[in-house]
Amino acid sequence: MELIDQHTKKIMEGCKARARDAGLRFQDESLEYIVTNRDLLELTPKVMIPTLYDYWVHDVEVLREKGKYELYPGNPYETVINTRPAISFYNDNNPDWLNVMIFYHVLGHIDFFQNNIFFKHTWEFDFTGQALSDKRLIARLRAEKGRWVDYAIEFARGIDNLVGYHRELSRVNHRRVSRKAERLNFYFDVFLQTIKKVNVSEYIKEVTRYNDCLKTYGEAGEESFFGEIRKQHPEFDELFKKSLKRQAPVPVDLLQFIGANSEFLNKENNRWMKQVLLVVRNTSIFFQPQIRTKIMNEGWASYWHEKLFLQDDRIKGHEIDFARVHAGVTSMPRVGLNPYALGMRLFGHIEKKADKGKYTFDFQKILDAHARKEYDAVTGRGQDYIFSLRENLCDFMFINYFVDQDFVTDYQLFVADRRLNQQKMVWEYYVKSKKAADYRQMLLDTLYHPPFITVDKDKTKDNALYLIHHFEGKPLVNEYIANTMLGIEYLWGGPVHLETSDVVATLRPSATTSAIRTATTTPSKESAPQEIKWQRVVYTMKDRKLSKKVI
Amino acid sequence: MTVNDNYKHAALYERYLRMKEKGLSAAQEKMISEELAAAQTHPPVDSAVDAQTPRTPIRSFYAFHDLFEINNLRLPTVSYDVSLRSIDELLERDKVREKDGFPGKIRVGRLIKPGRGGKDKVVVVPTTVEEKFIHDPNFKPTEGDPSGGSGDGEEGDVIGEQPVRQPDASGQTGPGQGEGGQHEIESSAYDLGKILTEKFELPNLKDKGKKRSLTRYTYDLTDRHPGSGQVLDKKATLRKIVETNIGLGNVPDVGDIDPTRFLIAPNDKIYRILSREKDYESQAMVFFLRDYSGSMIGKATELVVTQHVLIYSWLLYQYARQVETRFILHDTEAKEVEDFYTYYNSKVAGGTQVSTAFQLVNDIVEKENLAADYNIYVFHGTDGDDWDTDGKEAIPAIKKMLTYANRVGVTIAEHSHGASGNTEVERYLKKSGLLSERRELLRLDVMREDADEPRIIEGIKNLIA
Repeated sequence: MELIDQHTKKIMEGCKARARDAGLRFQDESLEYIVTNRDLLELTPKVMIPTLYDYWVHDVEVLREKGKYELYPGNPYETVINTRPAISFYNDNNPDWLNVMIFYHVLGHIDFFQNNIFFKHTWEFDFTGQALSDKRLIARLRAEKGRWVDYAIEFARGIDNLVGYHRELSRVNHRRVSRKAERLNFYFDVFLQTIKKVNVSEYIKEVTRYNDCLKTYGEAGEESFFGEIRKQHPEFDELFKKSLKRQAPVPVDLLQFIGANSEFLNKENNRWMKQVLLVVRNTSIFFQPQIRTKIMNEGWASYWHEKLFLQDDRIKGHEIDFARVHAGVTSMPRVGLNPYALGMRLFGHIEKKADKGKYTFDFQKILDAHARKEYDAVTGRGQDYIFSLRENLCDFMFINYFVDQDFVTDYQLFVADRRLNQQKMVWEYYVKSKKAADYRQMLLDTLYHPPFITVDKDKTKDNALYLIHHFEGKPLVNEYIANTMLGIEYLWGGPVHLETSDVVATLRPSATTSAIRTATTTPSKESAPQEIKWQRVVYTMKDRKLSKKVI
Repeated sequence: MTVNDNYKHAALYERYLRMKEKGLSAAQEKMISEELAAAQTHPPVDSAVDAQTPRTPIRSFYAFHDLFEINNLRLPTVSYDVSLRSIDELLERDKVREKDGFPGKIRVGRLIKPGRGGKDKVVVVPTTVEEKFIHDPNFKPTEGDPSGGSGDGEEGDVIGEQPVRQPDASGQTGPGQGEGGQHEIESSAYDLGKILTEKFELPNLKDKGKKRSLTRYTYDLTDRHPGSGQVLDKKATLRKIVETNIGLGNVPDVGDIDPTRFLIAPNDKIYRILSREKDYESQAMVFFLRDYSGSMIGKATELVVTQHVLIYSWLLYQYARQVETRFILHDTEAKEVEDFYTYYNSKVAGGTQVSTAFQLVNDIVEKENLAADYNIYVFHGTDGDDWDTDGKEAIPAIKKMLTYANRVGVTIAEHSHGASGNTEVERYLKKSGLLSERRELLRLDVMREDADEPRIIEGIKNLIA
């Protein structure tokens, strides 16, 4: 692994200047490394972070990747990681014009990493440095505790997809409520509504009185407002104080809960495991935004490499080469999904619409189809608009807000499905739906979504942890339950229950119907209607044995 | 007080006297006499304290030079290959895991890139799964498997076809309906051959017409000979040279070998020579039958194929060239495929008619008159679905098969969403009474499609023992 040469770095710096002029924003420094295929194989299991802690599962993956590479050699153009400074890795045999394109793509990613608010918690620190210190911590623990460190890592990683990423993110953006405001909130939100149960008109009267006080007395307005309250309700101050004490504890995710409450972990000899839990949790939280912005991030980078490359004067004569590579990366498959292609087109689509002012209320009010089509307010704000999207949205919002019928129609998108043709013995791929709602739903169904699992504190007693999986129409992977719970039991130091839903047996086509089907030419079994019945069950892991009970 | 202390003490006293001659104040006098009275040796210097004092003089700020510093730099980490654990080490570690009371996690898998005519490439790799609570991606609440698409076409239009029977899809490996991309047959291949071999042999193996041949030979460059021969075996030669030189004391440091100083004796050269190898004629024929119908999506297929891989590798291990294998796939019709990899790789197809596969075996055996010369074994894997609900065609076919077969083993991988013990194949097999009447010849093994590896091996025991 070595840094790119001066010649190539100069190309990169040129790209940076042009990208900045176009409006992208990113920190000055960036590191670019040339990597060999072998380096790549070794870095991949560590999410390309060279300093990530050592763990045997990475070794397994490296060995497997090596085997795979032996059979199917291949090499990506680049990989970028979200660090300070941003680090990117390159294949060593790219021609200059290709590097120009790739650099623009990479800058698109860096811009996204450093401006999208879902990455906000990663803006302020250097993760490779953090990872290095974690790596040393783990190495030191391993020297003391041996393989038990790896068990701790394994079990913590077993639940590291349940980290409270959004909670963590909201904490980053959280503005502390002052004591004064807290009192005001308590008065209006709790005291008047819950304790006094005043009617609406009285409530409004109080709001007016508060505003009057502010107007009349200025700074001292609030004190005078509360002075009056104290006169009327002498108990107010006491109640407010009590409410402060009773304030809901900050919600915690499973890893945090176990770390704080497990008797086992809090024993003198086992405290070190809490450090491991913390490392695993922080690492997981760091990587959460990547997976939730895949379509946007790749789309954004593709959008910009196309735009900037074509404006770049240094690549004259390589337009056709570019077109071939670009089309390879961003073509829409006849059947299937490509995040690069989809994201890029959606950004383009939104920009065009925003240029015409079609995301405004004025436009929304128009009902006439023709008028809607012809509408053009010539705002020229399209680019600003997509810049604000790259700042504020994640994949879910991006798709949910902006995949509309125009988009689906303009780009000839559809939901494809397949069915068996018994006569010809072929799978037929067919256009299932061209409706935006269906297409959107299909996209949303493919997005990353970890199960929602929380600790039920009331049912957690006698040192038995009670987890609830809030059911969302999909079962958990059954075969993973046992080992995951085994890990939790170990960390918790007592039995663990998991309440979840699974499919009740049967409801497959009965024997008689299948006999009829053989005789006639009805469609295959795939299309036989399947009804699903769910039941709520509790898995219990106790003394490393799993049992299941229907409730 | 030791002699030494006394001596020191005396020297101090003398010094005190000399100072006194020069004149001392009363305060000084008092202090000195107190010290003398308390005069003792100090405890030995604490080693910890000593360690804090720098042993080397502090380098001046300007003593640092790029050249020295950079040359002295070590690479921050050793190469990944050095620190990487090998498969064996990982397996060793897995054994320790089991001792610690956690189930083993490493599987030895094989990646196979199929090629026609036995030119497959196989790589042994370890695999493992990090279990988490995740939503089941294979779970489909509705029919079909919707995906995105783009281009021309109205709703309902067929935009493409893909043949259902797709042996050997290039670039993709994996049994039946893989999600595409890589797939590993999970098996503890290392232990497996041994375990199965120690415990089992082919049941009812009888002497048949074909025997170990004493007249047929093949010639191969297998024997080694020092000194002279046809082809120089470079690796063996080098090994021998190193051995010799170590013996001669010519390799002072194994970490730093200088091959230019090697002495080479004529006998160190190892040649391969052509030699006669005995050839064997196989005595057994094993048929592998696999249901690859539409309902065999995912797990069930994987399970059946895994079990067949295990049996197949055991046969290779134990019976080397004495066993021949044939492969048959079926949905509503059966066909024979040429090799194991086609068998292993073929994709899910249409409906199910189990009897077709059995009939095809009967036909082959009859046509090629195999029963006279071979011990015949049939292993069939299915999810238990059969459009021939009552086994009207399957049972007679099985009965016929039992007239010549040494063992027929049927594996049913039940879908986890069905009721247990309720598959069509299981029902009609039980109803026919053959399972108990002809227990020596016919075995049935039923497992859930999420069965783990020990269960699969258990299943093989059921089928073979």
